[in-house]
Amino acid sequence: MSQTPADLRYTKSHEWLRKLPDGTIEVGITDHAQQSLGDLVFVEVPEPGRHVAAGDACAVVESVKAASDIYSPVAGEVTAGNPKLATEPELVNRDPYGEGWIMRVKPSGGAATETLDAPAYEAVAAAGG
Amino acid sequence: MGRRTPLYDLHVAAGARMVDFGGWDMPVGYGSQIEEHRAVRRDAGMFDVSHMCVVDLRGAGVRPLLLRLLANDVGRLTAPGKALYSCMLRPDGGVIDDLIACYLDEKWFRVVVNAGTADKDLAWMKEHARQIGVAVVARRDLAIVAVQGPNARAKVMPLLPESARAAAGALGSFFGAVSDDEWFVSRTGYTGEDGFEVALPSEAAAGFWTALQAAGVASCGLGARDTLRLEAGMNLYGNDMDETVTPLESGLAWTVVLEGTRDFIGRAALTKQRDAGVARQLAGLLLEDRGVLRAHQKVFAGAAGEGEVTSGTFSPTLERSIALARLPAAAVGRVEVDIRGKRVPSRIVKPPFARHGKARIDL
Repeated sequence: MSQTPADLRYTKSHEWLRKLPDGTIEVGITDHAQQSLGDLVFVEVPEPGRHVAAGDACAVVESVKAASDIYSPVAGEVTAGNPKLATEPELVNRDPYGEGWIMRVKPSGGAATETLDAPAYEAVAAAGG
Repeated sequence: MGRRTPLYDLHVAAGARMVDFGGWDMPVGYGSQIEEHRAVRRDAGMFDVSHMCVVDLRGAGVRPLLLRLLANDVGRLTAPGKALYSCMLRPDGGVIDDLIACYLDEKWFRVVVNAGTADKDLAWMKEHARQIGVAVVARRDLAIVAVQGPNARAKVMPLLPESARAAAGALGSFFGAVSDDEWFVSRTGYTGEDGFEVALPSEAAAGFWTALQAAGVASCGLGARDTLRLEAGMNLYGNDMDETVTPLESGLAWTVVLEGTRDFIGRAALTKQRDAGVARQLAGLLLEDRGVLRAHQKVFAGAAGEGEVTSGTFSPTLERSIALARLPAAAVGRVEVDIRGKRVPSRIVKPPFARHGKARIDL
């Protein structure tokens, strides 16, 4: 069974969002997503300072099986990509909601992707979305 | 719903992720594919390959039949039990399937063919066998478990029935033996490691699988099987070759015996292709940068032209991405591969990439 923490928001494309105290949004992929992808072997994270629109593909996770884009759920400026993932992509498998975070974005207030609460996301994941 | 092997319920109970493979519901993995891969390289792992089809060919004309049907030369099989890898070709040289043929006695050869091609293989073999009076029998009553890895044989031996044990213990590489109670043990595989492939009565399969598990043999899915065979530089039918290419364009010239005058199906086409110069090669690629090579990515080989990745993956042994690619024959040295819109440098290398637990190419 995959984990879906109740204190996070989710997208239909299997990212999770965590609002940090300084207002930036931390983004990663869900436990359901990492299980579907299998062992991750490469993660490409965005450079700090990059400006992104909501829905922009700005990171890539590659597993043995497949490559998958990660979309920014908000418009804004990337403040960090997780530097550990360059050498330890398996952190995303091991701890998708913690050490396996992918990037942080400072929202600029533009349009954002629709997000779901945990039960709504679980329904999407269970439907094979 | 696809077809199910006798081990289907055990896979589901073990939490395997099931996928369609050649019309069969097969386990692609039970957890971490990389851990399954490493279990085979370092210790022992097992695969349910019951979707593959054992075919018995029986009759006095069986050797002449296979001399005609196979591009490799079964005339070389003189010791009972000796097996041989071969392609079966169309008259135009296209590959109908690749298979292993085992010589059991002068009136009995056993071949093992791929799942997705089994029906057409059987039809093709029967068409030619009829004229020569050879019976072609698909043994769907047998399951197949491949146990592979440096410790595989030692772990299998005590679990074989008494009837099969002595013969199995004496098998040389690429030999097989059938017991009176229908256990067919062969020292073959698709991983680049030592081991056995065991075809056994379906009703005995679950007990054998469970006993192997208790002996510490890791359950491995088709995902790990694919990364293992690719590291070992072995082709996958349907990816790396099919009816549109010949063995000479598929890195399989070593399996084609053109010496002598043996009149096998496809010979004239291959001779013609060889004399004219084979235009394409199946080459190994090593990705020099981060990323993963995958089937159907385009390859740019400079002035030599363009090609395509036929199989690609991340190699757990090399911790780099590797591939097989069909390229112009003139391509050498470095090429570029289009990975998601970016051209990434790769180096042409000679497979195998890894075998017997070790890297076989310089990184």
